[in-house]
Amino acid sequence: MGRNASMQELDLKALGVTAINQKLYHVPKDSNERHWVIRNPMGQHAIACGVDAPLMIDVMGHVGFYCGGMNKEAEITIHGHAGVGVAENMMSGVVWVKGNASESAGATGNGGLLVIEGDASSRCGISMKGTDIVVGGSVGHMSAFMAQRGNLVVCGDAGEALGDSIYEARLYVRGRADNLGSDCIEKEMRSEHLEDLAKLLERAKLKHKPEGFRRYGSARKLYNFNVDHADAY
Amino acid sequence: MCGIVGLYLKNPKLQPQLGAMFKPMLIEMTARGPDSAGVAVYRNPVKDNEVKFSLAHDDKAFNWRHVEAGLEEALNCEASIHQIGTHCILVTDGKEEDVVKWLKAHAPGVRVVGSGHTVEIFKETGLPEKVYDRFDLASASGTHIIGHTRMATESAVTTAGSHPFATGADLCLVHNGSLSNHNRLRENLKREGMEFQTENDSEVAAAYMTWKLRGGATLKEALEGGLKDLDGFYTFLVGTADGFAVVRDPIACKHAVMAETDDWVAMATEWRAIAHLPGADTARVWEPEPATIYTWGGHA
Repeated sequence: MGRNASMQELDLKALGVTAINQKLYHVPKDSNERHWVIRNPMGQHAIACGVDAPLMIDVMGHVGFYCGGMNKEAEITIHGHAGVGVAENMMSGVVWVKGNASESAGATGNGGLLVIEGDASSRCGISMKGTDIVVGGSVGHMSAFMAQRGNLVVCGDAGEALGDSIYEARLYVRGRADNLGSDCIEKEMRSEHLEDLAKLLERAKLKHKPEGFRRYGSARKLYNFNVDHADAY
Repeated sequence: MCGIVGLYLKNPKLQPQLGAMFKPMLIEMTARGPDSAGVAVYRNPVKDNEVKFSLAHDDKAFNWRHVEAGLEEALNCEASIHQIGTHCILVTDGKEEDVVKWLKAHAPGVRVVGSGHTVEIFKETGLPEKVYDRFDLASASGTHIIGHTRMATESAVTTAGSHPFATGADLCLVHNGSLSNHNRLRENLKREGMEFQTENDSEVAAAYMTWKLRGGATLKEALEGGLKDLDGFYTFLVGTADGFAVVRDPIACKHAVMAETDDWVAMATEWRAIAHLPGADTARVWEPEPATIYTWGGHA
């Protein structure tokens, strides 16, 4: 898949979100129209949601909530900032944000890769279920809350209560992560982690060395009811 | 839900376009608040010895001339009125507290929506576009403007329950969110002498700010007090005589985005409201941090 001459332009101001999403959803499997450019996104919500084909989609500007949600296979690039819940519940493919992302980026994602070149706000990767998220900057409070699977890579700092009530996701932070949430602990960085991290950084086109990161994950103390804590309930 | 929007003009040349620039911002927030809408516009400052009141009456045919003449006679003052729909802008050199007392006694159906030297507040039930047009706000010239589109959750859909709520001279507040301790707080504030027109939670936040400010707190101190004493979810936008302030609760569940260019500063619940402004594409854009007070215009 490459950017080619058969690029299709869609003006969101003229067509509206629903028409554009229907168009992208119904691109025939054997069509050569694989590269779509969406102009004038005007911060509208749910742009390029529910795409389930290996399309290349460029959104030229800032987007509203849930852009690229439920994405399957498509490679969606947002040439601007993204609002709340970018790439929410992504299944596969790539969502790439050139700017910053608002709250709950990559929430509940099952698969695929979300790259945010700038910062992500609070609750980045909340309840992630297998997606990979790489943030070039910092993430806000409560990131990876109840994260279940997948990797969250933060090249800057992590906000308060990182990984609160985390299950099994892996969190890699290069900057400060001095306020961990309940049941989130620092863990040993073994060779397999360094390898995984190197691959993710490479896919996100980031030059940082994996050795400069620390790993955090679940202490697994919240998995079972602890009778010694019965008084607390 | 609810949507809040604010626009502060750094470039004075844009002032004649304030209302026109703001209109698409407010309308874009209709989906977040179709029940009622309100706007506080800062324009036409009155003389130092005068007060400007924003008044409202449910009856469109209400005789405002009776208020004008009655005040002039009773308080031996100058008063002039300008009716706009169900609202009326009253400018007088009478003492503010005497005017309020007279209105209560002689025009009990009149609500004081706001007062100060520059602020004018208009609010009503209905779709934001209709409300905006009803008060002819697209032609408004001024320095800054804040607005609210309401999806009612905590109390009835009424004009009195619409935002903005006045919190003192030239101050008013719009709120996105819901407060959970407003009943208790309302009772406490009543004991402090505050009066309430509705069961609305945001009115309690406004009364809290008013009470703090009357006690001598600066706007910043009042907002800091709010972070301690108001329980719930909120993004507040507070209009001041010369700008506005923004604060979000410590969990920051309620969305907020800000943008700035050489010409303007804008705040909105969602980016799509700001996207309409000239130069928005290249503006500096950021999200206000939780429990952090932002101010423009040198107030607080």
